[in-house]
Amino acid sequence: MTTLTINGETHELDAPDDMPLLWAIRDLVGFTGTKYGCGRGLCGACTVHLDGQPTRSCITPISAVGQREVTTIEALADDPTGSSVQQAWRELDVVQCGYCQSGQIMAATALLRDNPSPDDAAIDGAMGGNLCRCATYVRIRAAIHAAAASLGQEVS
Amino acid sequence: MHALAKRQDRPEAAAELRMINVSRRGFMKGTAGLALGLYLAPLSGRGGQGLAAGQDGAFAPNAFLRVMTDGEVVVIAKHLEMGQGTYTGLATLVAEELDADWQRVSVEGAPADTQRYKNLLFGLQGTGGSTSIANAFEQMRQAGATARAMLVSAAAARLDVPAERLTVRDSRVLHEASGRELGFGELAEAAAMLPVPASVTLKTPDRFTLIGKQRLHRQDGPAKTDGSARFTQDVRLEGMLIAVPAHPPRFGSRLASVDDGEALQVPGVVASVRFPSPTRDGDLVAVLARNTWAAIRGRDALTLEWDDSDALTLSTDALEADYRERAGRPGQPVTRRGDAETALDEAARVIEAEYVVPYLAHAAMEPLNCVVELGDDHCTIHNGEQWQTMDQQQVANLLGLSPRQVTIHQLYAGGSFGRRANPVSDYVLEAAAIAQAARAHGQDAPIKMVWTREDDTRGGHYRPFNLHRARLGLDADGRLTAWHQRLVGQSIMMGTPMESMMGQDGIDPTSVEGIAELPYAVPTLNVELHTPRDIGVPVQWWRSVGHTHTAFSTESLIDEAAVAAGQDPYRYRRERLPQHPRWRGVLDLAADKAGWSSSLAAGAEGVRRGRGIAVHQSFGSFVAQVAEVSVHGDGRLEVDRVVCAVDCGLAINPDMIRAQMEGGIGFALAATLHSELTLENGRVQQDNFDGFRVLRLDEMPRIEVHILSSAEAPTGVGEPGVPPLAPAVTNAIHAATGRRIRRLPIGDQLKA
Repeated sequence: MTTLTINGETHELDAPDDMPLLWAIRDLVGFTGTKYGCGRGLCGACTVHLDGQPTRSCITPISAVGQREVTTIEALADDPTGSSVQQAWRELDVVQCGYCQSGQIMAATALLRDNPSPDDAAIDGAMGGNLCRCATYVRIRAAIHAAAASLGQEVS
Repeated sequence: MHALAKRQDRPEAAAELRMINVSRRGFMKGTAGLALGLYLAPLSGRGGQGLAAGQDGAFAPNAFLRVMTDGEVVVIAKHLEMGQGTYTGLATLVAEELDADWQRVSVEGAPADTQRYKNLLFGLQGTGGSTSIANAFEQMRQAGATARAMLVSAAAARLDVPAERLTVRDSRVLHEASGRELGFGELAEAAAMLPVPASVTLKTPDRFTLIGKQRLHRQDGPAKTDGSARFTQDVRLEGMLIAVPAHPPRFGSRLASVDDGEALQVPGVVASVRFPSPTRDGDLVAVLARNTWAAIRGRDALTLEWDDSDALTLSTDALEADYRERAGRPGQPVTRRGDAETALDEAARVIEAEYVVPYLAHAAMEPLNCVVELGDDHCTIHNGEQWQTMDQQQVANLLGLSPRQVTIHQLYAGGSFGRRANPVSDYVLEAAAIAQAARAHGQDAPIKMVWTREDDTRGGHYRPFNLHRARLGLDADGRLTAWHQRLVGQSIMMGTPMESMMGQDGIDPTSVEGIAELPYAVPTLNVELHTPRDIGVPVQWWRSVGHTHTAFSTESLIDEAAVAAGQDPYRYRRERLPQHPRWRGVLDLAADKAGWSSSLAAGAEGVRRGRGIAVHQSFGSFVAQVAEVSVHGDGRLEVDRVVCAVDCGLAINPDMIRAQMEGGIGFALAATLHSELTLENGRVQQDNFDGFRVLRLDEMPRIEVHILSSAEAPTGVGEPGVPPLAPAVTNAIHAATGRRIRRLPIGDQLKA
């Protein structure tokens, strides 16, 4: 048995220690917003937060999660930064097929928590590992700047 | 699929639309007031004797919207939403004529039902060829306008005023003289009782309030930003098992033996089942498990022996050599305008060049998958479904059912780029075959077949490898006198159910689209085609299909001619398009917005900069792009900026058009810079995003999209942004460095 805290709730999981967090979240717990894209940490579609840190859940065994809090896209609206990112994504109509976007939004939220006003180089650095085959990158970049601006206004 | 469109009549052009109220039980489930069943009755194109019962069934009912008693308008989308924005586009057309409040409009995917939901350009239900808006433009507006007329009639009766005195705005019917108004929800039930008008008048464009006017947010935006959007991968059904199949390491290998001992030891694995592969040689085996991780581990733990006696031994290096040899011989004539050979003999200067493009995987972010539930005399499929009619038929054939016993529920697709419309229904049939074998094995459960990224990358059905050999003749003044080009590449349609759509000449139109009707005024043009049939690598349409390679070669070659003539590449093109105002329109707009006439800002020391232009027509739309590049001293390439001009007729959702141009440019840039599949002794050498590279955010250029104002009928935008990008970039590289790139991807060529 492995105990995980996901989106504020505790889950007892009867699963092998080496099961990637991705499949535990999706198949055992039932939060399907976190996506499988590559299984090798190459695309970022599976990005979740562990204690706020962006993490590739497809290569993170559940045994490695420990006491850290897992947050998925389904709970992101509860977070002011996450909610602003989601809002910016909708305002700018970033999504196309949408499959990678949970991971993009999780990565962008972590970036903005770390760096409230990232420049393009910082965005490149933080988001370069999140692939979007629809190439919505122009709007991802713009939405991160927009979310940063709206968060900055809220603070001031 | 473009070819399909070209070869079909356009039934909607002569369609008479009639409507009836359909059973409220059937569509409303007690909550909707007004459901509209549309009878779309195409007039016979042959006899002109009124309503015809054509082979695809005249009076075919279609149902495109519901107005709920709470005022919500639900649009039923007959096309797959795979990112291109069609849910939003189709809803815009309905909402425009309905005068609906966009905030109260939602969209639902249509089930498989060819009679109701066929693509009017294909004659079968399916999404592709950038045809969604083009084929549905009249149909969806008719659906909205008819519903509006009925709601107005209901309001007129309720308010006891003439219908002509009523106006509709934001889902409310208003009687301005008295200030009274009724919402759609209040009128829905009464409207459902009324006779359906025999004809309705559509708005003239000057009365549009949504089409081309407002920035409408995407219908799928909220669900795709909070994790609630449902893709095939997300389907969870009671008792469902996950199935992961084992595919052969080489195309053509046959399964010789299976040892599933270790696989069955994996916790969560339930069984392994052997099944005859519907589209590959011999049997395959799949592992069934209670979760995806177990199924993948179980599949990987299988000990399999493959009989390689008929397996492919091809290497792409050898393929290229073979294609080169073929290109040296005359091919099937495609286009012959004048005597190009003689003109080449007489030319003052001849350009000879060879262009090569690789196999490409679609590599949608959602690896292929499909959910199948089998019953005794029924099959239910849950899928991001792009090819309903064919998949439904093929599954019915496999299972011994009739197509109407195969239900297909529509979901979002996590990308497709053509892959989910497979000409032989490969992945859908594989899922059905696994479900059938599982049931026979006593596992009577819903089956979700899942391919891993590796399965997806190595699963075949690629954009075909192509080699083009060209000779262009110029006279002493640099005028183009001859264009001779041979294409060598596999056919997408041949050997599939699509083959009947090909012409009697045996030429697959998707092999030559984009060059068969080269627009440039050149006195002699000779296009020939070689279609190797014995290659063994399955191929398929890939976003913009044949245009992916024909635009690259032709728009590079015209650039080579301009350079050889010592003339400006933009003006050189322009002068050769006297009969093509829409080509010139986008070319001029792109050049103007890019500042073509002013010189490009210099790069930092050691950085060479260049600007290139390309223009192409595909899927009825015209796109020109100007790319600006920087080539660093070590050969590193940056694409700094792309200016794009598009003429897609009437712009329905301008922001969606911009998004498709942006995405098309990024998708094409991946193939221009990085993406390539190679084979060695029959094995695909790449299997994930490390080997098959796609574009990353830091490589995305600045993009500016300009849409030509047009009153022409709307045409496609999902694909046309792709073709001009590669030649615009490589032409820019030539301008920067003098180096002509004739092979994609660019890869390390500039570092050599």
